[in-house]
Amino acid sequence: MNHTPEPLPMELPEPLVQRSGPEASLLIREVEVLDPGSGLDGRFDLLVEDGQISQLADPGTLEAGKGTEVVEGRGLMVFPAFFDPHVHFRTPGQEYKEDIGTGTRSAAAGGYAGVLAMANTSPPVSNPADIEALRHRARLEASVPVGFMATVTRDMAGEELTDMAELREAGAVGFTDDGLPIANPRVLRRALQYQRMCGGTIALHEEDPELSAGGAMHEGEVSMALGLRGVPSVSESVMIARDAAIAGYEGGRIQAQHLSAIESIEAVRQAKADGVAITCEVTPHHLCLTDEAVRDLDASKHKMNPPLRSESDRQALIEALLDGTIDCIATDHAPHAIEEKEVPFEAAMMGVTGLETAFSSVYTELVIPGRIPLELLVEKLGSGGKPFGIEPFSIAAGTRANFCLVDPAAEWVVGEGGYESRSDNSWCAGQTLTGRVLMTLADGQVAYRLRSFSLGVA
Amino acid sequence: MKHLLSIDDLEREQVETILERAESFAEVTRRDIKKVPALRGRTVATLFYESSTRTSSSFELAAKRLSADVISVKASGSSVDKGESLKDTVETLSAYEPAAIVIRHPDAGSARMLTDWVEASVINAGDGMHQHPSQALLDVFALKNRLGSLEGKRIWIVGDVLHSRVARSNIQAFILMGAEVTVCGPPTLIPRGIETAGCEVRYSLDEVDGADVIYLLRMQRERMGENFVPSIREYARLFQINSRRLGPRQLVMHPGPVNRGVEISSDVIDSDQSLIAEQVSSGLAVRMAILYELLTGGSGATGAEAGSDGPVPIGEPA
Repeated sequence: MNHTPEPLPMELPEPLVQRSGPEASLLIREVEVLDPGSGLDGRFDLLVEDGQISQLADPGTLEAGKGTEVVEGRGLMVFPAFFDPHVHFRTPGQEYKEDIGTGTRSAAAGGYAGVLAMANTSPPVSNPADIEALRHRARLEASVPVGFMATVTRDMAGEELTDMAELREAGAVGFTDDGLPIANPRVLRRALQYQRMCGGTIALHEEDPELSAGGAMHEGEVSMALGLRGVPSVSESVMIARDAAIAGYEGGRIQAQHLSAIESIEAVRQAKADGVAITCEVTPHHLCLTDEAVRDLDASKHKMNPPLRSESDRQALIEALLDGTIDCIATDHAPHAIEEKEVPFEAAMMGVTGLETAFSSVYTELVIPGRIPLELLVEKLGSGGKPFGIEPFSIAAGTRANFCLVDPAAEWVVGEGGYESRSDNSWCAGQTLTGRVLMTLADGQVAYRLRSFSLGVA
Repeated sequence: MKHLLSIDDLEREQVETILERAESFAEVTRRDIKKVPALRGRTVATLFYESSTRTSSSFELAAKRLSADVISVKASGSSVDKGESLKDTVETLSAYEPAAIVIRHPDAGSARMLTDWVEASVINAGDGMHQHPSQALLDVFALKNRLGSLEGKRIWIVGDVLHSRVARSNIQAFILMGAEVTVCGPPTLIPRGIETAGCEVRYSLDEVDGADVIYLLRMQRERMGENFVPSIREYARLFQINSRRLGPRQLVMHPGPVNRGVEISSDVIDSDQSLIAEQVSSGLAVRMAILYELLTGGSGATGAEAGSDGPVPIGEPA
C-alpha cells in the first residue's frame, strides 16, 4: 500500500492554459491581505507591476507610478485566487449551456484563477486530439487558466481505458468519468495500475448506479412526502469504500468528488487512516442546503447529483471541512439551459451553477454566523488544485498576481444583474448574499472586475 | 382556495366545506335532470398524460354537470419525448382561457408548476407518486357517508405504498379528519420515513383485525420484475384481503382498478362490506364540489339548493 512510484519521465505540457492579454499594473492601498498558506494576515499596500506582485509594503507607504490603476482598499480584502477542480464547461457539443469563454468568465467573477474542466462533454473528451483542441480554444478564449480532464474510459462507456499516457502528453491534467461512476471495479483497477506509469489523479463520481437507480433526490422523509424516488446515502459511500480499497491495493491516487453524506465522510476518513492516497471535495450547495429545500420542487435550484441530503449530513460535512477530512471546496458548476430545467422535477437535468457564488454563499451561510473561520474558507476554496499536483496560489512579492479583491460587507442579490455564465440555474438565484468579489487577477491579467466597481488611475 | 394540488395544503375546515358541497351535488345526481348551471359559460380543460378511466371521465362529467364547456387533451407518454414541453402544451391550452385545468402527469410536482404559468385554477388529478387529492377527498366522502365520522377510526392502508400517490394523499386526509392510520405491506414497498407522516407501520396483517377500515392499494404486476416482491402468489398469500381475513364489521376500500385475486378476493369486492362502488359514485359529486369551490370561491347559488327538486332552468343565471 502507498507505494506510489514517480511516473515515468514524460514530456508533460503546462497543466493550465489561458488566453494572452495585457499584464496588470495596479496598486491596492491599505487592503487587508489574508493568505492562509503563508500565514499572511494584515493590512498592506499591494503593488502589481506587469502582472507580478512587485511589492507588499506597510499601509500608506507605496505610490503608484504613472498609468498604474489605484484602488482604495480600506474595508476590502485580498485573498489568493481560488481554484476549482470540478467545473463543466460543456465544450465540445453543448455550447448552448456554456463554453470556455463564458465558463472562465464565470470563474473569474467568483474569484477563481484556475479551474479543471470535466470531460463529460458531447462527445466526451477521450482522445488526445480532443485535449489539444480544447487547449487551443482556451488559449483564445479563457479568461482564467483552465486545465482539462480526460475520461478514464473511452466515451465514458465504462469498458475500455482511454489512451491515458497519450492523453497526459497532450495535456490532460487527470482522468474522470464524472457524471457517471465507474461501475466495473476491474476497469478502475486497470486504470489505477496504468496510472503508475502515466500519472494523473483519477477523480471519481461515486455512485452505485444500482442503488441510486431512478432517484431524483435524497432518500428520506422529504422524498417520501414528495413521492420522488430517492437516492440512498449508501449508494455513494459503498463506492467510496470500494474504490478506496482498490486504490489502496494498487497504490493509486484518487479524488472522491462532491461528498454528500455522513457515511461517505466515514469511508474517506477510514481510507485516509489506512494510508490510501485519497483526497475529496465538497460543494458549497451541500454545505449550505439540505433536502428540505427540494420541497419547492424547483429543479433549476435544487436538483443535482449527488442530491442535497439531510441536516445531519450537512453538519457532518462542515465538521469534516473543519477537521481536514475534506481537502477542498469544488463547485461542480453544471450549467443547463432553461428548457432543461423548467420541466417537472423528475424530468429535469441534474446540476446547478456555482462558480459566481461559491465564496459569497459559504461566507454568508457559514463564516458570518461563526460556524467556520474565514481563513479556512479561503484555504479550502484555494486548494482544489492540490489533488492534481497544482499548488495553491500565494500572495508574495515576486510571484505572478493570482488574487481576488473582495468587499466582505457588500450585499447583493444573486442573478439581479444577470450572470457571466451562459446559464442561470444558480442554486442561489434570488438570494441576498454578503461578500462580493470585486476583481480577480489571474496569472497577471485582470480577469474580472465588477462592472460598477471603478478604479482610479494615478 | 385557488388550486387543489395536495391534501397538505388543506385545512380540515376546507375539507368539510367541500364535503358539504359534495353532499348537495350528490342530491343533484339523483335527479332526472342531473345538470345545474353553476359554471355556465366557463371552460374546464383536462390534460391527461397518463391513461385513466375513472378520474378523467369523472372530472369531465363533473364539469359537464355544472354546465361548463370541456376540452379534453390526452397525451400518451411524456410530452418531453414528443417534442413539446409541458409548458408549451399548457400555454396552448391557456389560449382558450380555461377557468380550470385538471392535470394528470407522471412526474411529481407537475401540477404545481402549472400554477406559475397559467391564470386558471389548477387541479391535480395525480402527479407521479406524489398526490391525488381528489381521490382522497372522495374516499373521505364515501367513508363519512357510511360511518358518520372518521374521528378515532382505525384505517389500514395495505399494499404498494411506495409507488402510490393515493396512499400519500389518503394518509394525510384520513389523519386530517381524525382517523388513526396504519400502513402495511412488504418492507420493499413501504417508503423510508413514512412514519414521519404520522402513521404506524406494519409488515404483516396479523393485527389487521383491529382496523375499522382496510384500504387496499393496487399491486402492479410489473413490480415483480423489479424485485419488490418475489411473486404475486406470495404477495397474495401474505397481504390479500379475503373473506377469511375480513372481520364482520370491517369495511374495505380500493381506489381501483382492482386486481381480483391479488390484493383482494372477488367475494370481498362484491360483498356489502366493500365501498368500492360508492367510491366511484362519490367521485362525481366530490369533483363537482371541487370545481365549484375553486371556480366560484364557494359563493353564489349552485342550482342544487335543497327543495329545488325539479329541473333547473339552464337559461337562467345561476
